Amino acid sequence: MLGKLSWQAIPFDQPIPLAAGAVVVLLLAALLVWVAAKGYIPYLWREWITSVDHKRIGIMYCLLAGVMLLRGFIDALMMRSQQVLAFHAGGYLPPEHYNQIFSAHGTIMIFFMAMPFVIGLMNFAMPLQLGVRDVAFPTLNSVSFWLTAAGALLVNISLVVGEFARTGWLPFPPLSELTYSPGVGVDYYLWAIQISGIGTLMTGINFVTTILKIRAPGMTYRRMPIFCWTTLAASLVIVAAFPILTATLAMLTLDRYVGFHFFTNEAGGNAMMFMNLIWAWGHPEVYILVLPAFGVFSEVVSTFCGKPLFGRRSMIVATLAICILSLCVWLHHFFTMGAGADVNAVFGIASMIIAVPTGVKIYNWLFTMYGARVRFSSAMLWSIGFMVTFIIGGVTGVLLASPAADFVLHESLFQVAHFHNVIIGGVVFGAFAGYIYWFPKACGFVLDERLGKAAFWCWLIGFYLAFMPLYVVGLEGMTRRMQHYDRPEWYPWLLVAAVGAFIILCGIALQIAQLWVSIRGRAQRRDLTGDPWDGRSLEWSTTSPPPAFNFAVLPNVTSDEPYWSIKQQARARGQLVTPEPEYAPIEMPRNSPTGFVTAFLAVVTGFSLIWHIWWLVILGLVGAYVTFVAFAWRDHSEIEIPAAEVARIDRANRAARAEALREEPVR
Amino acid sequence: MSAPAMRLAHDPAFGPAGIAPGRITGRGAGGPAPKRIIVGYGFWIFLLSDVIMFSAFFAAYAVLFKNTAGGPSAHELFDLRNTAAETAFLLASTFTCGMASLAVGHRSQKWTQVALLVTGLLGLAFIVLEIREFTGFVARGAGPSRSAFLSSFFTLVGCHGIHVSAALLWLGTMMAQFYAKGFRQDVRHRFLCFSLFWHALDIVWVAIFNLVYLVGSLPPELLP
Repeated sequence: MLGKLSWQAIPFDQPIPLAAGAVVVLLLAALLVWVAAKGYIPYLWREWITSVDHKRIGIMYCLLAGVMLLRGFIDALMMRSQQVLAFHAGGYLPPEHYNQIFSAHGTIMIFFMAMPFVIGLMNFAMPLQLGVRDVAFPTLNSVSFWLTAAGALLVNISLVVGEFARTGWLPFPPLSELTYSPGVGVDYYLWAIQISGIGTLMTGINFVTTILKIRAPGMTYRRMPIFCWTTLAASLVIVAAFPILTATLAMLTLDRYVGFHFFTNEAGGNAMMFMNLIWAWGHPEVYILVLPAFGVFSEVVSTFCGKPLFGRRSMIVATLAICILSLCVWLHHFFTMGAGADVNAVFGIASMIIAVPTGVKIYNWLFTMYGARVRFSSAMLWSIGFMVTFIIGGVTGVLLASPAADFVLHESLFQVAHFHNVIIGGVVFGAFAGYIYWFPKACGFVLDERLGKAAFWCWLIGFYLAFMPLYVVGLEGMTRRMQHYDRPEWYPWLLVAAVGAFIILCGIALQIAQLWVSIRGRAQRRDLTGDPWDGRSLEWSTTSPPPAFNFAVLPNVTSDEPYWSIKQQARARGQLVTPEPEYAPIEMPRNSPTGFVTAFLAVVTGFSLIWHIWWLVILGLVGAYVTFVAFAWRDHSEIEIPAAEVARIDRANRAARAEALREEPVR
Repeated sequence: MSAPAMRLAHDPAFGPAGIAPGRITGRGAGGPAPKRIIVGYGFWIFLLSDVIMFSAFFAAYAVLFKNTAGGPSAHELFDLRNTAAETAFLLASTFTCGMASLAVGHRSQKWTQVALLVTGLLGLAFIVLEIREFTGFVARGAGPSRSAFLSSFFTLVGCHGIHVSAALLWLGTMMAQFYAKGFRQDVRHRFLCFSLFWHALDIVWVAIFNLVYLVGSLPPELLP
């Protein structure tokens, strides 16, 4: 009846996961009871869960990313503390548990922290920057989000029911084959990633269509904000790379479930084909993460330097060059495979070439800052911290791209230090900069700057303490994923790394405090003008938070920095430039529970596939088809916002802006 | 305002608002593209991603083609007469799917339903032939677990078969929608996507026909 599922699946004999799971379940239950008791459920259902508004979906993505950051970071703390305690000793984490922790850490941080964070920012900001009302396929957008959330839920269920993979964040065969990983851990991985991966692919398709087909009048490609360009590049890479992930995981699934021989040791299977396929997705993936971050930095640097971005066109060319090159370098992840000197040289050189467009970007940001009156807000601090940190990560990357060096450093902590250097220094710093930058636009009030800066310094110092020592021990020969070791010269460095991790913990605590303090004091922190940073692109021309329809009238774009140019004209005249437009009713897509229902069915189907509960699998798939038909059968897909309502909202926005203009000295 | 932007704003070619009036191209000058373009374009991007997924399966098949592990090879298994029949059914169904598009254009409920029904029956015939081929292989001890070659063969061709089966479900839903909702705009948009999907599956089949069946039927000494 319940397949492989029985009470044995709950780890009663392992206190750590059991206690952690119990705490999480209790917290979730408490949260649900509190929400229900306060009567928030109808509100949440109406305004958030069924929402197809790109802004709401973007915020929910970021929220998911924040929660998963905590989960993944706890894993990181456990690994760092284990390596402190496991010198000439067993530490406190048994090997099979330690292996699950490093696998879960990588999986969660990449798929359920970094991805949702950048997709959340893109979702929120891109349509606003393009001056339009929503993405191309709003309901599909909601489905994408909920599928990602479904994958995250499955990974976290594995904490309490069963186990997680012990194979690392990418399940390399033959270890991940049924022979060597007979438990459900790898199955949890496969179905969680498959489900969320489909969500991501749909997001990529949605964003490419949006950017190429839905822009405000006059928003030609040349005038698109850099963040939209990087979103386009990242989405194109999603469309090109994620299908390979789907296919690869499907092959491994077939191996495990029905005895196929894609990657097995027997019957002609080829494990190295998995390496090729998974990295043909995996390397583009890191550019999917970092390109949007580059976009955030471009917006932040230009805004807080009060200047147009230096070298706009070279930035666009560099972005697209990275977009294409990202698909041509995957083999550098396994130089040691033995493909031969020629193949290794080609991929080594291709990898080094990526440093060129990236260098162009760095110089563009630096030259934007040159001679500018830089405002050192916390978003700008993250950007400067990024530039310094990312250069170090990039240089060690070029070093690793040399096959000769890679043979020595492959799978060492040097490599771990390198990719944390670029992912934290690039993606995470970028996500935080974007979070602070667009928070007032999303929520209507500004985050506390003092706590934000303190959090930045903790993160920056903690990062260097946590990862620079790993370069050293990596050069000394320490391999990654060691549950214990007995080399005395490594011990002090690992001690420093653990201290660094705890300083990052302080940074995270400060960020939570920042959010808490800012929400408590939101009445004083209101962003009344909708333009708290003296911004340059269109998202700052509407209210904070924007109305459901974003813009009462689609803006006419006449320059590279449409909002900045119109603002300068208004400042020169001391009054608003455009006369009040004629307001017309606006049609907006109707909310839909399709995304939530699909995700629910995905969780049910995924869970029953993991535990071999076949009747429930069939039920879940039938449910999915019924949902599809029910969605197709709907007669009303749009609601109309009356002209009077549009006028009321827009007049308030215009009045606030006129007021702000009067208070400002005429230039 | 930066100098180039200033120049553009005063450039009569761009007009005061930067738009050439009356031209809605979706390429930026005239604002958002019409719904039909958006839906079709998005679906094209999806098809591209689907083709990339197939290319991964093609690549796996190419890598594992010779890894027969002592089991039967492609040359020993493939029956080109069966493949020819499958191909004929699928190509004919593409023709009738095109006829359905014409009928939708003429708003003819009767001919739309007829053409879609024939398309569906031809697709079903294709699936039946494929299932017969697969069960025949399994009966001869050449199931997907026999060797890496057969794993990749069953996965690549089976993935196409699953696509056709899903498309058949979709086709049934399309027929029901035309019947119940008439030629409403959103239903027509969906039909546009469906026909794109159906034709794309045909293109994938052409690749399978050539790279899997024709190449596989060559005597081993002719293969590189």
